[in-house]
Amino acid sequence: MDMKERMKLPRHPMPEQDPKVRARNFDEVPLGYTPETAKEEAMRCIQCKKPTCIEGCPVEIDIPGFIKLVAEGDFLGAARKIKEKNALPAICGRVCPQEDQCEKLCVRGKKGEPVAIGRLERFVADYERSQGEVSIPEIAPPTGKKIAIVGSGPAGLTVAGDLIKLGHEVTIFEALHKPGGVLVYGIPEFRLPKDIVASEIDYLKKLGVKVETSNVIGKISTIDELFEEGYDAIFLGTGAGLPTFMNIPGENLDGIYSANEYLTRSNLMKAYLFPEYDTPIVKGKNAAVIGGGNVAMDSARTALRLGADNVYLVYRRSRKEMPARAEEAHHAEEEGIQFHLLTAPIRYIGNEKGWVIGMECLRMELGEPDSSGRRRPVPIEGSEFVMDVDTVVVAIGAGANPLIQSTTPGLDTNKWGYIVADEETGQTSREGVFAGGDIVTGSATVILAMGAGRKAATAIHKYVMNK
Amino acid sequence: MAAKVLEKEQLSENVFKLVFGAKKIAKKRKPGQFVVIRIHEEGERIPLTIANADPEKGTVTVIFQTVGKTTTHLSGLDVGDGILDLVGPLGKPTHIEKVGTVACIGGGVGVAPMYPITQAMKEAGNHVITIIGARDKGLIIMEEEMKAVSSEIVVATDDGSYGFHGFVSQALEDRYLSKGTHIDQVVSIGPVPMMMAVCNTTKKYNIPTIVSLNSIMVDATGMCGACRVSVGGKTRFVCVDGPEFDGHKVDFKQLIDRQRIYLDQEKESMDYYCSCKQRKGGK
Repeated sequence: MDMKERMKLPRHPMPEQDPKVRARNFDEVPLGYTPETAKEEAMRCIQCKKPTCIEGCPVEIDIPGFIKLVAEGDFLGAARKIKEKNALPAICGRVCPQEDQCEKLCVRGKKGEPVAIGRLERFVADYERSQGEVSIPEIAPPTGKKIAIVGSGPAGLTVAGDLIKLGHEVTIFEALHKPGGVLVYGIPEFRLPKDIVASEIDYLKKLGVKVETSNVIGKISTIDELFEEGYDAIFLGTGAGLPTFMNIPGENLDGIYSANEYLTRSNLMKAYLFPEYDTPIVKGKNAAVIGGGNVAMDSARTALRLGADNVYLVYRRSRKEMPARAEEAHHAEEEGIQFHLLTAPIRYIGNEKGWVIGMECLRMELGEPDSSGRRRPVPIEGSEFVMDVDTVVVAIGAGANPLIQSTTPGLDTNKWGYIVADEETGQTSREGVFAGGDIVTGSATVILAMGAGRKAATAIHKYVMNK
Repeated sequence: MAAKVLEKEQLSENVFKLVFGAKKIAKKRKPGQFVVIRIHEEGERIPLTIANADPEKGTVTVIFQTVGKTTTHLSGLDVGDGILDLVGPLGKPTHIEKVGTVACIGGGVGVAPMYPITQAMKEAGNHVITIIGARDKGLIIMEEEMKAVSSEIVVATDDGSYGFHGFVSQALEDRYLSKGTHIDQVVSIGPVPMMMAVCNTTKKYNIPTIVSLNSIMVDATGMCGACRVSVGGKTRFVCVDGPEFDGHKVDFKQLIDRQRIYLDQEKESMDYYCSCKQRKGGK
């Protein structure tokens, strides 16, 4: 195919489950490209001499390199190419905000639509898994160095994948009973199937990574005790902490959840399969989700799948300021989530048994930009109204978990309790202790945590080899 | 980590004691802390306060009442059976200090987590007045053990079938406070209405009172917020800020409401469990 023909090819849409059907099941929404579609989409890449897309990737995948292999039909080769830089392609292909990263910088996006890099990454990873032959990269000879990783979310898994390949002995300590962190407890099945997370973790185990679940570091062992046990360096990737609430009256009424709890019950504990699984979850008829991020979208779509008649997404700014990925907001709307924008709750109303039955809200208008650069929502006086709700999910972010900070002398934190770490190396105020992901930055994305993990892994390698 | 049942004992009609092998937790735990257990792959995570531990043998003891599916399932385990997860030690330990006279008040199965605290308070040099109670004589647990770690002990039953006739809060007032006994500190663990009654009594006499709360939890490590409770008008998290709080500041009414969120599902889960057991003709 010559360049002219390539330039004519339109971006291939992602086949998806019908919105009406998928709104009532937990199966994955996008169905994935076929090999034919993938090859044709890959042809759209014009193989720039100086590819800008790579600059947009926090882990610097050789994007034109793997896409070329896809176009040639060498899907397994493409998988190997991605894995040179990214140990978790099936996950990133699904949850990365490509529209703000690689695809945003794709030259084809300047006039028309960018190459569907994320969809291709997902296709390649899924293809490799379906072949049952996952390639194991070469592992450097043992260095005799022991690394402990606290937390098995995206940051921790990336550090583990990088350091095991360099010949170190790597052990991940996970507080919950399943490894994966937010990939397992937070992101729903319909967006990231859990068997995919499990197989990516199995891959790391095949490389030699040890995973110790149900180990709460800071409690069962402190950081100092891990050093005493012989670890040469420690990476802290403990992720999101205590959920943030708005501190408005009635917030502890029955039926009001934090997004962390709501999603953990449904995803990690499989409450959507209750009573086959023991963990219950409130299945409301009229559910309100507070917030405008990806977690809010996940919560709203979960409420719908649990059988709610009405799911309201209540966000205090306008659609334009919503931090959620456009694709997620679009999926949510397609499925019937009702957006109540420029609206904020001011108190919850309970019945005599302590259950939420209503939510009083205020309408907002946009004022001057605030410190985040987004226009500040300003309440409209006298605009109070009450929404009938029996379930509320508060999805406005999370704070820092205190368990490690409070038991590690000399580990500096900022005023919000997050661990202070060097942006380029993840180095904390304690020698040999590195940190990255949400516990450093506050709530962010999977790929940003992976990017921080990649940098920390490089620094940890350097540190232990010079020690 | 997975753990095995090493010993089992039935303490009353619906109260059971299980001793698990868990070396690291046994060494680390302090009075007032708890563990989270998950029995099997489909199981839920529930917090249970540690009743005792033996760092030499590497064992952790939990004592629980059968109230729903998971505790019923747990009570059916035998020596040699395993559970998938035993996580801990979680929560902040009890603040143990020599303050003078301490009253340790345990109700029902709450006597079990009271035991290590009572022991530690006594070892710290306090004069320890222990009051334990239950609905009737058959439900009184650990009387001998508690006696051994207390300076004096009162046993109370609601129906008067044994010891003092009345609630533990009434025993505290009748036997001590109304007679002018000086008490510096009260620690109370038991059903919420009991802790509430104890706090109402100690408030009258202005005695600092610590209560240990058993709210519903999921991760129990400071991530989900299921266990939140209002203390002095502020939202606190029982799993990482607690489990012990100033009893005079706890919003007990809210705690009672929050413990009832899943009453219907708890029944459904129990029915499902029983029907499965019947089909399988056993456990």
